[in-house]
Amino acid sequence: MKLRTIAFNNLRRRKAKVFFLITGLMIGVSAVVALMTTTRILAEDIAHKMDEFGANIIITPKSEGLSLTYGGLSLGGFSFDVKEIHQEELAKIKTIENAANIRIVSPKVFGVFESSNQKALAVGVDFNSELALKKWWKINGKSPESDSQVLLGHDVAAKLNLTKDSEVQIKDHTFQVSGILDPTGSQDDSLVFIRLPLAQKLFGKEGQVGMVEIAALCKNCPITELVAQLSRALPTAKVTAVQQVVEGRMDTLHNFQNFSLGVSALILFVGGMVVFVTMMSSVTERTREIGIFSAIGFRSAHIMKIILLEAVIVSLCAGIFGYATGIGVTWGLLSFLSEHRPHMSLDPYVAVGSVFLAIILGLIASFYPARAAAAMDPNEALRTL
Amino acid sequence: MSYIQVIQAGKDFGEGDARVTAVKQIDLSIEQGSFISIMGESGSGKSTLLAMLGGLLSPTRGQIVIEGIDLYSLTRTKLADFRREFMGFIFQSFQLVPYLNVLENVQLPLAVTHHSEEDQVRLALSALDKVGLKEKAHRLPNQISGGEQERVAIARAVVNEPPILFADEPTGNLDSRNSSEVMKLLTKLNSDGQTIVMVTHSRKNAEYAERIVEVADGRLIEPTPLRAAC
Repeated sequence: MKLRTIAFNNLRRRKAKVFFLITGLMIGVSAVVALMTTTRILAEDIAHKMDEFGANIIITPKSEGLSLTYGGLSLGGFSFDVKEIHQEELAKIKTIENAANIRIVSPKVFGVFESSNQKALAVGVDFNSELALKKWWKINGKSPESDSQVLLGHDVAAKLNLTKDSEVQIKDHTFQVSGILDPTGSQDDSLVFIRLPLAQKLFGKEGQVGMVEIAALCKNCPITELVAQLSRALPTAKVTAVQQVVEGRMDTLHNFQNFSLGVSALILFVGGMVVFVTMMSSVTERTREIGIFSAIGFRSAHIMKIILLEAVIVSLCAGIFGYATGIGVTWGLLSFLSEHRPHMSLDPYVAVGSVFLAIILGLIASFYPARAAAAMDPNEALRTL
Repeated sequence: MSYIQVIQAGKDFGEGDARVTAVKQIDLSIEQGSFISIMGESGSGKSTLLAMLGGLLSPTRGQIVIEGIDLYSLTRTKLADFRREFMGFIFQSFQLVPYLNVLENVQLPLAVTHHSEEDQVRLALSALDKVGLKEKAHRLPNQISGGEQERVAIARAVVNEPPILFADEPTGNLDSRNSSEVMKLLTKLNSDGQTIVMVTHSRKNAEYAERIVEVADGRLIEPTPLRAAC
């Protein structure tokens, strides 16, 4: 017979108490799992939505030139005459360590043209990337499908007196207006969008880009690290994080995490107290047995081992059931908290962590009762016979 | 030098005005292989004396020396080891662990020794055989009679063959037939060389021992030799 036989048999005998212990700890663990998992999934969902919502990194050529704003955001040193970034260098973006976090790369080239005696700014873009980047765009018409079509910002269309399907002359090319943007409240309202290769050709900037907007998924990768990696990959360019966007996203995530950590700590404390009180009362009830164990030669360490072994067995069960229950609760919570059920991903670290957490909590909460049992005076214990 | 020596041992409980002297000052020598009964009225101090002898209760004054070792100079761990190796206990009211079966109860003292599980089972079955309960090895304590429970308690006390057996009112909860069987068993163990120290208030049971000492008001009354040591 091993000490574990005593622990197992005692637990088998005290089914009601074991059920209460497991349930108490399980509620704590499942609440923590549900909170952490729900928060993580919601945070990922929000982060994903926010990551989809525009660029969070901007690459511009290194320049001492004039400052220009784009979309209300500072682009750093930028001048129409500055040396552009070579387009082939952009392939290096996909070679950085955290390349998997780069979701959208939208290169741009700028050029000024004159039409109806008014100067305007044309931007060459890759429409697939640009439309993916700017999901808030609403186009009256459609995006350009050929080199002979342009997309106009709301203000520039009004100033140049252009409507959908009308024609506009840029340099020596005539374009058809395929669509006009609804007002965005940004710099985009004043821009004429044409396809990137044609813009490069029109403005004599073949193989060059004036700016690159990047949307990066930055939840699991600090944006500053991405910026550093991009700077190393593109030494001739200036890589800037759009701080207000990044900080906003991080604040949201931190608030979620802080909330769930606070609530989890509280729930775990209550769970620990349930284990402590139950184990303490169990030790008191078992005074007689502990006296017998002591009298027949069990060391204090042997008695502690029995009590802690029981705590580990109970905590292990509570951890496993708690994780399963927590995931079930998360499933229900997500349908309640979110209109569309976000993708439910299971984190193996949470699974293993919840079992370990339960065991550690069980051990900590049982340590004092185990010590009290081990320190029990055998004669005092036997006097209760 | 005697096998067990009680040297001017006494025990007080409580502090100040609440102090109660359970054992005043006792000198007693017990030889190896002897069977001694300690008799006395309820509250006379006989159980306190037995607890001190068994390494369960530290005396307020004096010494308990067994095999030349001053018991209470040992650390808590060493004392536990000493109890396991040198002493077996038979408690009043059997005191079996209710959630362990008969075999497991007998195995208990071996659970914290170097014995393999096979050895533990073999030794436990052998001890149960001695008390005639081998066939009830897999029953729970509440599935056997009081007399049988006492015999299981005896098997547990002797399973690791300790040189000394302490018995505290071993027949206190038994009818006369079962009492007689238990006492015959103890006599048999003594005749096999086991030193037995038994506390009882029954004169009839005490007379199974070769020597009776009486405790009254915390003091030892003149020892009474009954029969020669086996």
